[in-house]
Amino acid sequence: MAETTVTHTGIPRPEGLRGVAADWSSDQRAFKNVSWGKAMMWIFLLSDTFIFGCFLLSYMTARMSTKVPWPNPSEVFALHIGGQNIPLILIAIMTFVLISSSGTMAMAVNFGYRRDRRKTAILMLLTAVLGATFVGMQAFEWTKLISEGVRPWGNPWGAAQFGSSFFMITGFHGTHVTFGVIFLLIIARKVWRGDYDTGRRGFFTSRKGNYESVEIMGLYWHFVDLVWVFIFAFFYLW
Amino acid sequence: MVDITPRAADAIAPAEVPDVELYHPHSWWTTYVFSQDAKVIAIQYAGTAMAIGMVALVLSWLMRLQLGFPGTFDFITPEAYYQFVTMHGMIMVIYLLTALFLGGFGNYLIPLMVGARDMVFPYVNMLSYWIYLLAVLVLVASFFAPGGPTGAGWTLYPPQAILSGTPGGQQAGILLMLASLILFIIGFTMGGLNYVVTVLQGRTRGMTLMRMPLTVWGIFTATVMALLAFPALFVACVMMLFDRLLGTSFFMPALVEMGEQLSYGGGSPILFQHLFWFFGHPEVYIVALPAFGIVSDLISTHARKNIFGYRMMVWAIVGIGALSFIVWAHHMYVSGMHPWFGFFFATTTLIIAIPTAIKVYNWVLTLWRGDIHLTIPMLFALAFIVTFVNGGLTGLFLGNVVVDVPLSDTMFVVAHFHMVMGVAPIMVVFGAIYHWYPKITGRMFSEWMGQFHFWVTFVGAYAIFFPMHYVGLVGVPRRYPELGETAFIPDSVHTLNAFITVAALIVGFAQLVFLFNMLWSLRYGRDAGGNPWRATSLEWQTPTTPPPHGNWGKQVPLVYRWAYDYSVPGAPQDFIAQNDPWPGKAAPA
Repeated sequence: MAETTVTHTGIPRPEGLRGVAADWSSDQRAFKNVSWGKAMMWIFLLSDTFIFGCFLLSYMTARMSTKVPWPNPSEVFALHIGGQNIPLILIAIMTFVLISSSGTMAMAVNFGYRRDRRKTAILMLLTAVLGATFVGMQAFEWTKLISEGVRPWGNPWGAAQFGSSFFMITGFHGTHVTFGVIFLLIIARKVWRGDYDTGRRGFFTSRKGNYESVEIMGLYWHFVDLVWVFIFAFFYLW
Repeated sequence: MVDITPRAADAIAPAEVPDVELYHPHSWWTTYVFSQDAKVIAIQYAGTAMAIGMVALVLSWLMRLQLGFPGTFDFITPEAYYQFVTMHGMIMVIYLLTALFLGGFGNYLIPLMVGARDMVFPYVNMLSYWIYLLAVLVLVASFFAPGGPTGAGWTLYPPQAILSGTPGGQQAGILLMLASLILFIIGFTMGGLNYVVTVLQGRTRGMTLMRMPLTVWGIFTATVMALLAFPALFVACVMMLFDRLLGTSFFMPALVEMGEQLSYGGGSPILFQHLFWFFGHPEVYIVALPAFGIVSDLISTHARKNIFGYRMMVWAIVGIGALSFIVWAHHMYVSGMHPWFGFFFATTTLIIAIPTAIKVYNWVLTLWRGDIHLTIPMLFALAFIVTFVNGGLTGLFLGNVVVDVPLSDTMFVVAHFHMVMGVAPIMVVFGAIYHWYPKITGRMFSEWMGQFHFWVTFVGAYAIFFPMHYVGLVGVPRRYPELGETAFIPDSVHTLNAFITVAALIVGFAQLVFLFNMLWSLRYGRDAGGNPWRATSLEWQTPTTPPPHGNWGKQVPLVYRWAYDYSVPGAPQDFIAQNDPWPGKAAPA
């Protein structure tokens, strides 16, 4: 799907909404100019949205229904720097890193479509490094909380569900980031090696790939970032 | 139907997608075991599902033996009875019906019916089956684990599911159950993405969405629903796993067990019920919608008539799918939630009766003045309609809060859901297997064995589940292994229980005839030819039978019409295949 030509079916289409319906129900493809891989990733992300949605709703239910006070995230997630407590500073940096990695990913997609192997691979590697940095800071955050006595089954400041939800949701999101980093490295390697120019076949699927893989990888990566924004808003800022 | 174009060739759009490169297997292993061909994967899925389904069938016998003749069988302790109930329900709903309809029929029929060479991602499709098999093995392993499988009931309600009073609650049973479900969901997602993308983006030229057979519509909609509903079960399983393993309290309130205060506290058991039923209710339609679709095609083919109201049928499927996401709490009327919720969910539940009734009317109107052939698939299709109407009517009882409250947790509920999502979809499963068996194997099944199987199964299912309604109405609770000398339960209940048990044993044995028929006909059945039912849809138009790898030989079919051109006046035969350009000329390839 390197060239995005508009499909001409040769059949006149009606205007407006009827045209949309006609396109949707027309033969071969419901979404014109969308490849199989990209459609699959979008539908997977829709399904994954429901998973994160259920996690966040469960957390909110627990938080709203508990009779024990909920620990104050601003204090719990503060770092003691230069003699004073700065609330949410680590989370702010983590968020900045992850959002920045979305930027580098978008640039990688752009250079991918320009067939610039070198810049694409470098930007993907940079994205992976930022992602790994995020996971590393998350590990630091977990270590700090654990050393302060936060456990999945309890914590010193209030409702036990605080620790349960925290470890579960950030852990599940961190797993997503980690898998993203692994796949970023795999695809960056393929780009670097020129698989998408030479039509080398995949090891498992024995299919030829193309530069669209970079964009599909980007979809996943942006999704993981977007989910983090919601976790940030609902868990840390609430 | 407006979709028949006299100048068919003009309406075929040029190819938008180049023909796919198929992976060609090089060895026996990659052809038959680690196969990427959707048809082989379909048979693997169906075989595994039916094998584990036989286990669930035997479990139902054991339960019925206990209920029919309490105290006779020493090895069926109350704990064992709960384990049988749990595993029977879980296997039948998820590992048999969901896997068989979507993984089995979906894999076999979607590529063939939309004119594709295979699923869009054959490798991922193969992984889907192997992860499903792993899930089944983990499930089976729980039978051999210390303490046996979980006995929490198929709904796995906390807090009891992970307490020591429940079989498997503090042993491996519940852990293996949850692990197996998580694996199933991962495996299903891999397959489900394939089915959805194949239907949306992988159709052949001329196959518009509104020309697809209703079977594809049913399986497609059910798969989309499953992709959105299984996440809730996934989350619920993960959280319960944490409650059990890490001591979190997502679902666990403060409670005393055996005189001992547990360390749990502050969790919400109702939250689990919401998550479970947000999955659980769509699950009913995940099983029912493929059945709706398949039965539409069976009726149209065997009554030699176009399906009545095709567009309405499609919109009813989509509408039911959408509505089923906002009715889940009708399973929770007695859970103590706010009465206003009950009002809301009762209303949405009853609204579902509208698209469902549209479908039933359309099936009946398709039959009306049709040239009805009472073949085995048709008999099962007719049995589905009556059974589904039966189960649907008791659904009206249970959907209303005031009627549901006294009936809740009685055998009436058991009778209702077995009619509507047990017997009815199973009828379609059998009908569909008989219908497509000639295409899958190239041979015809034995007619008289099929007749025997049908009549025993159909009459027997009613003998089992009709009396159960009465048993429930007089107040017999479900999930009780033994009624004992309970004052309000009349003697007739005990007589009926024995009767139901005998009927269940007979129906179960009749399934052996079905299995024998399938195996015997594989070798001794007469040659079926490519299109024994003279059906229109694409899977019957393959160059060879059974269809080869890649399905279509050199050229994928071009589609000129919908799938229901039966008995068209003036046509040379009483059916016109979807890839037949009559009365026009074929489009250039």
